[in-house]
Amino acid sequence: MRMELIQPFIDAADAVLSDSLQSPVRIADLAMEEDTYRRKGVAALIAIKGDIEGRIILDLSPEVAVRIATQLSGMEVQATEQVVRETACELANMVIGNSVTLLNDQGFRFKVFPPEIHTSEEGLASSVDTEALVLRLETPCGEVYLNIAMHYLRRRARERDTAPVVS
Amino acid sequence: MAQFAALLRKDNQPVRYLVVDDSVFARKNLMKMIEMFGGEIAGEAGDGLTAIAEFNRTKPDVVLMDITMPQMEGIEAVERIVRQHPHARIVMVSSVGYQENILAALQKGAKHFVQKPVKPEVLYEILRYVLSDDPSAAGAPVGVPVALAGEPRS
Repeated sequence: MRMELIQPFIDAADAVLSDSLQSPVRIADLAMEEDTYRRKGVAALIAIKGDIEGRIILDLSPEVAVRIATQLSGMEVQATEQVVRETACELANMVIGNSVTLLNDQGFRFKVFPPEIHTSEEGLASSVDTEALVLRLETPCGEVYLNIAMHYLRRRARERDTAPVVS
Repeated sequence: MAQFAALLRKDNQPVRYLVVDDSVFARKNLMKMIEMFGGEIAGEAGDGLTAIAEFNRTKPDVVLMDITMPQMEGIEAVERIVRQHPHARIVMVSSVGYQENILAALQKGAKHFVQKPVKPEVLYEILRYVLSDDPSAAGAPVGVPVALAGEPRS
């Protein structure tokens, strides 16, 4: 996967999590994954379509989700399934939204879809043209994983750039 | 926690807000901030279609509107609301903050944009500006890239 596609996710995850949790976050691990994805806890999936296509999964344990929800809301929250799902979705939304903003600034154009909770044990496997990158972040509330599988559609970008301008 | 002077309407009543976001979590966070600013929740919605219905029902002073939502996205909802209510005050609240998105929202009639994660002090300043109804008296907008501050709005 091209570094220019990865770096915005690293930067956004670091900025959003450390800003939201008001504490530094550490990138503990960064690895390419060839095997089929297996979720570690509750996982929110966001699909993107356009010059870049694929999906990003934000994954965290229910316990970590509750600790983050408590931190974000500034009060003790109950450990319900809804709280856990909502936290995963909103974190995914913020991290990925900020990432795609950075990618857009680099000239990539695509559409982001609302987060969905990913419930199956296995996700999308990486393939020749869709590599998966796993980013493990250590936060004060526990570990958060980002699993990024996407590919750059050179043809789509070329078509967009050569399309006649209609006024 | 930071203290904020209450933002009030010209008749000294609390400002009434409609909060639109598909995330319950995000809505709760925004509603907590609204309380901190002395505001009142007129309604809430999880998608653009419900937002339009809730706007017509509650006639809020300010709408806080997410962009990426199921059924109908925020920018389309802004266009439809402003078509019917040209003076609607709508502030976009989204994590997707690239220029085309912001411009599209402003061109459809949104008054401002704030990127998630939302900082209370940033939202407060934006609301103060939007509620002033006199942009020239409020100084430069807060939270919008400088390049956009002078963009024409249709």
